[in-house]
Amino acid sequence: MAEGRVAHVRSLVAGEPPDVPGQSPLVDWLRRLCRAAVRDLPVTGAGVSLTAEGGVPGVAAASDRTLAALEELQVTVGEGPCIDAFSWHRPVLAADLTDGARTRWPGYAPAALEHGLRAVFALPLQIGAAQLGVLTLYRDRPGALPADDLALALTFAEVAVSTIVDGQALVQPGESAGGLDAALEHRHELYQAQGMVMVQLGVDLGEAMVRLRAYAYRHDRPLGEVAGDVVDGGLRLAADHGR
Amino acid sequence: MPAVAPERLADVFVEVADTLVDDFDLIEFLELVTTRGAELVGAGAAGLLLADHNGQLQFMAGTDEVTRLLELFQVQAREGPCLDCFTSGSPVVNADLSDTGEQWPLFAPRAVDVGFRSVHAIPLRLRGTVIGALNLFSADVGRLRSEDVHVVQALADVATIGLLQERAIHRGEVLAEQLQRALNSRVVIEQAKGAIAQLHGMSVDEAFALLRGYARSRQLRLGDVAQSVVSDPSGIGDLAVS
Repeated sequence: MAEGRVAHVRSLVAGEPPDVPGQSPLVDWLRRLCRAAVRDLPVTGAGVSLTAEGGVPGVAAASDRTLAALEELQVTVGEGPCIDAFSWHRPVLAADLTDGARTRWPGYAPAALEHGLRAVFALPLQIGAAQLGVLTLYRDRPGALPADDLALALTFAEVAVSTIVDGQALVQPGESAGGLDAALEHRHELYQAQGMVMVQLGVDLGEAMVRLRAYAYRHDRPLGEVAGDVVDGGLRLAADHGR
Repeated sequence: MPAVAPERLADVFVEVADTLVDDFDLIEFLELVTTRGAELVGAGAAGLLLADHNGQLQFMAGTDEVTRLLELFQVQAREGPCLDCFTSGSPVVNADLSDTGEQWPLFAPRAVDVGFRSVHAIPLRLRGTVIGALNLFSADVGRLRSEDVHVVQALADVATIGLLQERAIHRGEVLAEQLQRALNSRVVIEQAKGAIAQLHGMSVDEAFALLRGYARSRQLRLGDVAQSVVSDPSGIGDLAVS
């Protein structure tokens, strides 16, 4: 069931034509993901903001310019759904920006309304304590996302997470290459291994997952199996491994 | 199995309600619910699973490591009482593991191997939506009566209430927000277990015991301690000397 939905979203993204040349493959891929989200969800815009070293997320890809302007505004005024999703580690679903949002975000809400936004859905891109960014979806009319669409939106976020971790060079659109989402059934071990590699290599959690993933890819082994070996103590990633 | 004494029942519900203060730790709360659920009906072990946005069940809390592995095995094998209960929304009661080989050809022998004879699964429900399930394992043949099922269902309902935290959840969006937060908080615990295990050369279970002991002795929230461990591993050294 889970694999089916992830594969579905991957194929939707792969179905979007590549962007203008000269972009980094990751940014290109995230832009296609944003466009696929707009096409397949009842939203009018989508954007991915990525975390710079320990800081607040900055826009990496967006379906249009409005979002970029609004994300910048959030950073300037220090409030907004994207910032809340990031600090609370959970989705922030504002189905109507005229309803309560003005008191919640007195600086952001009026500006967003002025740009023609009525509903904003900010989904954190994270793996536990590793915060990679936020996927923001918005639309020009009020209303909550129906349950099915919300589940699909969360799958878009899930696919964005594995894309960011898997790295631009490793994965072609539409191909999961035994990546993060293939390790579904070993997730707990994967997270434990992530914590272990973080300490082994003295890197942050996000980087630890990238190293694990890269190791699995280079040795052509399932990620879940590699994680199991790390947790059992048999495998220790060398500092120069994985890149 | 003896009926649950009313005094004991009252104590458990007061204890559980008492943890539902403003700033409670979700994982600690769910661990308490599983532990007390197992004790109340004389089951040896219990585990609690929640569904993610893909309908995939994720382990959230359990009484011990054996149960955790058994729960993960159900998810992996895509069969077992928890999955049946989650899919149907109805409790699975007094399932005899020596007699369920056809129903659960992978799960039943595995559960018998680790010493269980019977299993029960109670849904976590919110107004018609099933969000997860509570599994109870027993080394004896199951003799849960309907009044016992009511008690465990009530406990499962309290778990749902605690999980969702909001008094008036009438919108699906709040459910999704809270569930995602809950699922992610479990991931942070696993990451912290790994970091501590690596630093101190111990098993992940020992690491969890250390993490929990530290949080409890200082009356800190488990999730907060886990978060600070993964944010700044150099601070982990303090955990060992506690």
